[in-house]
Parts: sequence; structure tokens; C-alpha cells
Amino acid sequence: MSPLEASTPPARAAVSLASLAPGAHAVIQSVDSSTAIGRRLQDLGFLPRTPIHVLRRAPLGDPVAYELRGYRLCLRRVDAARVWVVPTDPAPPASS
Amino acid sequence: MSEISLGAGLLRLGLVGSPNSGKTTLFNALTGLRAKVGNYPGVTVERREGELEIDGRRALVIDLPGTYSLEPISPDEAVVDRVIDGELGPAPDALVMVADACTLERSLLLIAQVLRRGLPACLVLTMTDELHARGGVLDIPRFERALGIPVRGVVGHRGLGLAALRELLARPESWSRPPVLPPEPAEERAGWAASVLASALTRRPGPSRASEAIDRVVLHPFAGTLLFAIVMVVFFQLIFVWAVPAMDGIDAVVGWAARHVHATLPPGLATDFLADALIAGVGSVIVFLPQIVLLFTLLFLLEDVGYMARAAFVIDRVMGRIGLEGRSFVSLLSSYACAVPGIMATRTIPSPRNRLITILVAPLMTCSARLPVYALLIGAFVPATSVLGPLRLQGLVLLGLYLLGAFAALAVAALLGRTVMRGESLPFYMELPPYRWPTAKLVATQVWGSARAFLRRAGTVILTVSIVLWCLLSFPRTPAPEGTTPAEASRFALEHSLAGRAGHAFEPLIAPLGFDWKIGVGLLSSLAAREVIVATLAQIYAATDEPGSLRDALRRDVSPDTGRPVYTPATVASLLVFFVFALQCMSTIAVMKRETNGWRWPAFAFSYLLVLAYAASFATHRLVEALVGAP
Repeated sequence: MSPLEASTPPARAAVSLASLAPGAHAVIQSVDSSTAIGRRLQDLGFLPRTPIHVLRRAPLGDPVAYELRGYRLCLRRVDAARVWVVPTDPAPPASS
Repeated sequence: MSEISLGAGLLRLGLVGSPNSGKTTLFNALTGLRAKVGNYPGVTVERREGELEIDGRRALVIDLPGTYSLEPISPDEAVVDRVIDGELGPAPDALVMVADACTLERSLLLIAQVLRRGLPACLVLTMTDELHARGGVLDIPRFERALGIPVRGVVGHRGLGLAALRELLARPESWSRPPVLPPEPAEERAGWAASVLASALTRRPGPSRASEAIDRVVLHPFAGTLLFAIVMVVFFQLIFVWAVPAMDGIDAVVGWAARHVHATLPPGLATDFLADALIAGVGSVIVFLPQIVLLFTLLFLLEDVGYMARAAFVIDRVMGRIGLEGRSFVSLLSSYACAVPGIMATRTIPSPRNRLITILVAPLMTCSARLPVYALLIGAFVPATSVLGPLRLQGLVLLGLYLLGAFAALAVAALLGRTVMRGESLPFYMELPPYRWPTAKLVATQVWGSARAFLRRAGTVILTVSIVLWCLLSFPRTPAPEGTTPAEASRFALEHSLAGRAGHAFEPLIAPLGFDWKIGVGLLSSLAAREVIVATLAQIYAATDEPGSLRDALRRDVSPDTGRPVYTPATVASLLVFFVFALQCMSTIAVMKRETNGWRWPAFAFSYLLVLAYAASFATHRLVEALVGAP
């Protein structure tokens, strides 16, 4: 069972981080913290209300590079699917 | 603060920080070249400690493995946790946290976890120059008040701020401590981090525009892939081609020294030992230095610049298919030249599981030591006929052997990931740090550290084994009958040595592969290094130095039992396949032991590759016999 099926998307228009196209901006809504992997993603900064920007895909389509909390990180799609986000319009909301 | 009572003895300082935080640079800047490298028990994690003296007080700096969290998800990650808790030796007296000033929003999540441990702590901010360059403004006194601990900014590679830091490090008992500890749950920690930053970070750093511009090219689907290919080709050239002249030079010097000893000292056991065991043994250790130094210079350069993470990003999909990750690629590619630097290069792989799998399959990549063996056998037994235009049969056989090794490595990696290493799968995440100028000093320190570690930890094993092998091939000493030529006397001595007898003894074992006792002795001696089998066979066949002499001897050899040639097509194919798989290389085994902290994994690698080699050779022998008919 893939993480996509494992966790239920919360209410509101949340989508999986893995489904966003490069260039997209979003705000993280939730990360499944019941697994060790989910908690590690939280410690990496994937936390509710954190703005995130999809930078680019690797030439072969996976992994994908993201920018959040002032740094850049890449995740494979299978792990990004554990993060639920609400897409925002091009300009990310001011966060401080 | 009353509970801290730090004696005047050795002060133990634990260096904690995430990967890319500049922790290693700071460690090197503080301790110079005096770092001691060891192991943590039971895990493949390197223990690095260095002493320094501040104001007459001795301090031991423990460089803890880089981590993003104190909640471990693997035994290797648990090392940081256990060192802090004093489960692996005495607990540190104080913790020195290291964080990149530009990534505080994330780093504070780890800082909160460390503060909760209750040890005296201070924070060192690296890359403060970059923070300013990117327009960020951090008020350090306010930051100290918000955190409740001392904070110092440094530019590690330029040594700025180090004097003030040293002064602080000398007196952890005087460090202020947070009045209230940060909360534990991740979400609340994030809230705490936001409030700390709100009070101290008066202006956030903007994105690194230079890095963005470079990434547009370096990670471009086409240009990025092309650049990746170019970097990898250069990498390959470096160890395959550029290191060769240096290695040949070392070989020549060692050979000259051995001949010089033979020529000047009276003949006898002591002279033979000095020239053929000791000098040759030392030579077989230092011959690896050119490629280790070259490989690590480029490796650390690419790592420090920030390209290694990009290269791994580009190739990750391919390696992910077989359960590995992008960084394994560089290591496997290096193993085409030699598995020794290839295995050492796995240190850049953050996941211990992926690192171990890469180490275990690296010996399957066709290293340059196999070439002399392939060249001898293909040259002697594969006709130089043209298959299709410029394509010759000999070249195709060689290519086939390369492909067989690569395919086997990928298949074994996939298999290990699904069996032996199952259930330890971690999420794949990798930071793409901003591009930075590397400093010659940092690269030199790291390269020197690797070379020294190889000499001390693997070199001793290689030297010991080469001396043992020499003894096996030279004892008991049986004088040849009168009137034999030197070549025949040498052959006679070898046949009556322990190795010669062992070759006879295990002939029944290798007979199903089509090998006779002479090949058996060759295989035994090739444990020193694969290409040694060529010299041993030359000795056995009492071949002269003339080129082609050994090839002719092999072609002419007939079995005394059957009167038929020893080297049938089936035997030649079987022997070639054996060399594709078998881990006939003590240097690789020694380096595996050094990198995995024990004999368990080298023993596993040797055994599985031996079983694989035996099975594949047996099958090849049968198959070729069936195809061309038994002799």
C-alpha cells in the first residue's frame, strides 16, 4: 500500500505534495506523524502552516527539489506523498 | 547552575549539528590535523575526536555525526543520542551546537531538541558572511537572550571568530542556560523557533541568487544531464588514467628497491624476506595512494562546492530502481578503476543501509586489476577475428565481462535490498546546499585524513596478508636439483611450497570448474591482488620474460592424466567468469573491514562472491562444454 492510500486527505482543498508541478507554491497543512518517517519529515521542517515552493524535478522525473524554511531539500515522490498541502497563488504568503 | 561541577581535567565537548552545517569545517579549524578517528561499537559510524588546548585547559572535541533530529530512525542515527546520554563512553560535559546562519528556521528544530537534554550548551553560527551577503540581519545579543545560551558567529574556513569561540569553549561552567526549556512536540517547537527568530532575525536572508542561477543550468533536464556525464567521465579518467603513471612509478621504485636488495645483500632467507615480502608488501599498500588522493581531492571538491548533492539528484531515479540512491553511483563508478577508493567513497552516502549495500557490490565492478588477467586469457585463447567491421571478437568478450560484472552488481544490490537489508528502508531526503567556494585547506585536510586512515587501518592488514602469502608461496624451502635453470628452480620451489601443496590438495574441489592445481595456486596467490595470478602462472610455467612466452606455455599445457589441453574453451570461459565474481583482493577486504568496523561484512562479501563465482564458473564450464563439445 502506498502512502498515498495509507493516509486520508484532510478536509479543505488539500492535495499531496507529490502532485504539485514545479513552480507551484503551497502551504503545508499536515504530515502524518504516526510513522517514524512522518516524524522525520516534521523534524526536517515539514510542519503545518510552513510555506513550500516546488523548485524542479530531476531530469528523470524523480526526486523533486523543494524550498522551505530557508533551505532546499529533495524528496522522492513516494515520501513527498506523505505531506498534505494547500496550493497558494504564485506569491507565497508572508510568513513572518 | 549549581549542579555543574566541571573538574580541571579533560573537558569533553560534543559537536552537534545537521549535515551541511559547517560542523566538519569548524571541527577541523578547532583541532587542526590532530583528529583521532575510530569506531562506535556495532554500527558503521565513524568516531572523530580531536584535542585542543585553551588557556592551559585540555578539551576533547567529539565530532558527532551530522543529524537533522535527535529522534533516531536507525541504529546508526542513534549514535548521537547515545553519546549525549553517556551510553558510549563518558557523556560530554557540554554540547556545542553548530548551525548554518542562513537555515536557522529549520536548524532551530534540532537546537530545541538538543536544549531539552539539559547539558550546558552553546550555539556556533557558521556562514555568517553568507547571511550578510544574502541581506539577512541577525541580532546576536538578542538571539542569545531569546535562546538563553551563548551564541557566537564564525566564518570557519577563514578562521574569523575562532578566538572568541575558543575563549567561550574553555568555560562551559559559566554558560548561561535557558530559563525554560523549549517544548517537545514538533509543531510546538516550530512555534518556539518562530518566536525566537522574530525577536532576533531583524531581516531574513533572501534566496541565494547565484545558487539559483547555477542550478538553472546544473539541474536543467538536458544541460544538467550532459554536465553530469562530463563530470563522471572526468572522475573516471582521473582514477583510471591519471593515477596510472603515478602507480607505475611506485611499482617501478618498489621493483628497483627489491632488485637492489637482492643485488647488494648476500642471498638467503633474510634477503628474500626483505625484498619479496616486506618491500613488496609496503609497495602493495602505497601503490593505492595516488588514486586515493586523486579521488578524494575531486570528491571533496565536488562535495564542498555543492555539486555532489546535485549529481546524486540527477541520477537518483536510476539508482532508486535497484534500491540505492544517487550517491552510490559515484562510488560504483570509481570501483571500475579500483574497489578500494570506490568503497572509501561510500562515506558520502548518508544512509548507512545504502552505504553498506554499495560497499558489498562494489567489488563486482570490473576493476583495473582484472585487466591483466583478462588480457592474458583473451589474448591467448580468443581468436583475434573480426566479427563485424572494426568489432573484434576479443574486444566483444572483454566488453561482455565488463557488462556481466555491472549487471551482477545491480542485481545483487537489488537482491540485498530485498533480503538481508530489508526493513531498514529510510525516507530519502537530501539537502541541496548553496554553492560555495571550496577552500584548499579544507580539501587538503580531508584528503590527508582519508589517506592517513587508509595507511593506518587498511595498510596494516594489507601488509600482514602479503607477508603471510609470501610465506605460503616460499615455505618450506625446497632446493631444486642440480643443473636446473633459475626459472625452473623457481617453479620447483613454488610447486613444493605450502601454496603449491594446497593447490594440489584442493584440485578436486576446483576440478568441476575445469581448473587444475596450477590454476589453484594462481587463485590462492591472486588473493594478494588479482593480477598476481599472472606472475604466479609465469613462475609455475617457468615462463621467461619474453612477451607471449606465458601465452604459448598456457596454450601448450596438457593434462598429464588425459593428455588433452588444460585450457579448453570451457576452462578459459570458466576462469574468466570466476574472476568477474570472486573477491580475490585482500586490499578490498581490508578496506571493507575498515569502513564497516569489523570482519562481519568483509566475511559476508567474500563468501557470497565466492559462492557466486563457483556457481557461475561451474555453470559456464558446463554450458561451454555442451556448446563446443567436451575435449
